[in-house]
Amino acid sequence: MINLVINGLNVSVEDGSTVLEAARFLGFPIPTLCHVDGLSPYGACRLCVVEIGQGPRAKLVSSCTYPAEEGLKVRTASARVVRARKMILELLLASCPQSKTIQDLAAAHDVRQQRFKQEYEDCILCGLCVRMCEEQMMAKAIGFRGRGEKRSIGTPFDIKSDECRLCGGCMYICPACQLRCTYNEPENAICGGCANLSPPCIEKDQFDDMMCYLDPCVACEIQKDK
Amino acid sequence: MLKLKSLDDFRTLQDRLQTGRDPDIPTIVIPAGTCGQASGASDIIRVAKREILAKELTGKVKLRITGCHGFCQIEPSVLIEPARTVYPNVGLREMALIVEAVAKGEVLTDLLMKDPQTGEQIEKQDDLPFFSKQVRTLLDRNEKVDPIRVYNYLEHGGYSSLAKALGKRSPAWVIEQVKDSGLRGRGGAGFPTGLKWEMLAKQPNGQEKFLVCNADEGDPGAYMDRSVLEGNPHSIIEGMLIGAYGTGSTHGVIYVRNEYPLAIKHLVIALRQASELNLLGKNILGTGFSFDIQIVRGAGAFVCGEETALIRSIEGKMGEPRQRPPFPIQKGIDGKPTAINNVETWANIPVIIDSEAEAFAKTGTKNNSGTKIFSLVGKIRNTGLVEVPMGITIKEIVYDIGGGPSGKAEIKAVQTGGPSGGCIPADKFDLAVDYDSLTEAGSIMGSGGMIVMDENTCMVDVAKYFMHFLKDESCGKCYTCRKGTQRMYEILDDISAGKGTPEHLDLLEELAVVVRDTTMCGLGQTAPNPVLSTLRYFRDEYLEHIENKRCPAGVCKELIHYSINENCVGCQACVKACPEDAITGEKKQPHTIDAAKCIKCGACRSVCKFEAVDVT
Repeated sequence: MINLVINGLNVSVEDGSTVLEAARFLGFPIPTLCHVDGLSPYGACRLCVVEIGQGPRAKLVSSCTYPAEEGLKVRTASARVVRARKMILELLLASCPQSKTIQDLAAAHDVRQQRFKQEYEDCILCGLCVRMCEEQMMAKAIGFRGRGEKRSIGTPFDIKSDECRLCGGCMYICPACQLRCTYNEPENAICGGCANLSPPCIEKDQFDDMMCYLDPCVACEIQKDK
Repeated sequence: MLKLKSLDDFRTLQDRLQTGRDPDIPTIVIPAGTCGQASGASDIIRVAKREILAKELTGKVKLRITGCHGFCQIEPSVLIEPARTVYPNVGLREMALIVEAVAKGEVLTDLLMKDPQTGEQIEKQDDLPFFSKQVRTLLDRNEKVDPIRVYNYLEHGGYSSLAKALGKRSPAWVIEQVKDSGLRGRGGAGFPTGLKWEMLAKQPNGQEKFLVCNADEGDPGAYMDRSVLEGNPHSIIEGMLIGAYGTGSTHGVIYVRNEYPLAIKHLVIALRQASELNLLGKNILGTGFSFDIQIVRGAGAFVCGEETALIRSIEGKMGEPRQRPPFPIQKGIDGKPTAINNVETWANIPVIIDSEAEAFAKTGTKNNSGTKIFSLVGKIRNTGLVEVPMGITIKEIVYDIGGGPSGKAEIKAVQTGGPSGGCIPADKFDLAVDYDSLTEAGSIMGSGGMIVMDENTCMVDVAKYFMHFLKDESCGKCYTCRKGTQRMYEILDDISAGKGTPEHLDLLEELAVVVRDTTMCGLGQTAPNPVLSTLRYFRDEYLEHIENKRCPAGVCKELIHYSINENCVGCQACVKACPEDAITGEKKQPHTIDAAKCIKCGACRSVCKFEAVDVT
């Protein structure tokens, strides 16, 4: 067992636990976007930062990846942490304003302004879908590509992957691009299963066979609107 | 090649090589690193060879092709030993004359360097102000050694440090020496090397342990690692062998970027020669110590210089940093203990073992011992690699070695540490160059890039340049680093286009601090340094852009305009140079620039001999 102090409270956790697990065990709320129990920790969204260390050596680390260490002193909501989280949420809102998850988090953290140029992206590259596909669905159909500004998620060469079983796990787990079905561009689609039905979804049974997460079918909804 | 079966074999060979050498035979030394070759060294080598053969001077005049000597400004240059005469900017015709003169023992005074102030000719390399203030323990060997000839390296005492360590000493002695020498990692962070090795040695034995040489040098304007690799690859191999002996490591990896083809070529040759001599591989020199080194080529991602990303890249995965702890020293390549050191650190190891810790620690200052190579570039008269003792002031480097500004404009700042570093203003040039003082001043030592900037450099533009570099080179994993660098670039771009507001500055500062705080690896944590340090020392320049919509240095295109003043004699040079036909005017009549057509490329200004083009 490892003993550490979180916000002044002593806690003992099992070897190999993370700071996030220890803090949640004590009931301290730490917001996360790229963390889901059951998937390996990744540390991409940085929302879960906490402050460790003392004096000039104090620093922020992502609690979802930082291992609980003996004698560690953690502050989960210091002024520095709160300031950083608000800025991260402001950045998220500036880029992906349509995600309900991000909107809720921003509201909960009292983010009242957005000072950057507004963008309308969906993906925040948190990597949940990549890990879902690899670790839970054992498919490894999608992955990260490129770096920096050009980083993206998708299949190799943007061709529908033979590894993809159209499970929809990637869409299910996504905190930002919920209900984004790329049916309209079947050649770029990660799934695109329904596009192979002709005419789309006329046979409800067939749609059920695909176990699509999007129920009701988005393709049908689009047709209905027309 | 002779296989050395014992330490005695090695010493016999080295003695034979050293006694067989006649230092008095005149030797023409031509530096031909990548930089030398680019400026024409290959051609003058060809001429030198032809002349030696044609004039039947074989045996009377020797020719040695070496790596870079450091003084880029004078390349292609030729050094004559043992007189140490140096000829700058040698052309094909001059080369033929030089060969002849060397054979006769003469000096061609017309071709010598001239002192820019006094106009006096300087014959000896060591009398040049660029060289006289340096302490060249590493670069010195670049002059003496032909990188593709291992016997040449042995002749100059190569591998004797390894033999010394293997001979009578124990691994603990090696670590003790490195610790006592006070050597700090030359990659930039300055972690004590001896301490790192001690931690690696303490990891349970009987498992694989890795040593890595980090040669993924990616800072814009920095090339000292390339020079050492190209000029003296055996010193890296020797350093790694000594390290392996000290720490009980089993495998070595040299991670070198694929953009350094000559360095890779020389390394491959050096590794092959070392294994043929039984200096590498199983049962080295019959001592029972085994160690092998392989080369892994990096694919050009800046972030792969970060140690955890480098490890992932060596494993064949995407170059993406991960959380530390666990540190590579506990879990590195394939989960095995791994110690990573920079090229220059490895090159220093044979020097330490040879001279022993105490002598090494005499150079430099107390907590910053030894020498450091800087690549001095930018708006400076003497561009090149300079090796100086730690603790020297920036002023000495810039004015004494560098020779001051290259043009008329005054030097206003020096950028150290590459994209992760910061700018140090001219009024702080008394600062000692060591790890701690540079960090205190808001910059970092980094791998040793030193970019000199003068009054014609816009600090907003500098920050923007580095942010552009970083937004492309961030791995993109941490949201704050990926998006933060993009947003900082966006704001800087707005400011340089005259669209900035005072609120922008606050936001920029706020964002920079959060990016520094919340990212996982060294790249992100230091990414805001260019912004924060320019804001700290050159805030007035930012304000000038924002409040008066003016770029004082005349760089930011949106804020400047070109005009022609009364100095114009009507020579028509600018009219011809202008790509947009924006300049009109009759011969011998003052010209004018049509602002609507002008694309602000600066072509007119660079061709004008009368300083008649103004930028306001």
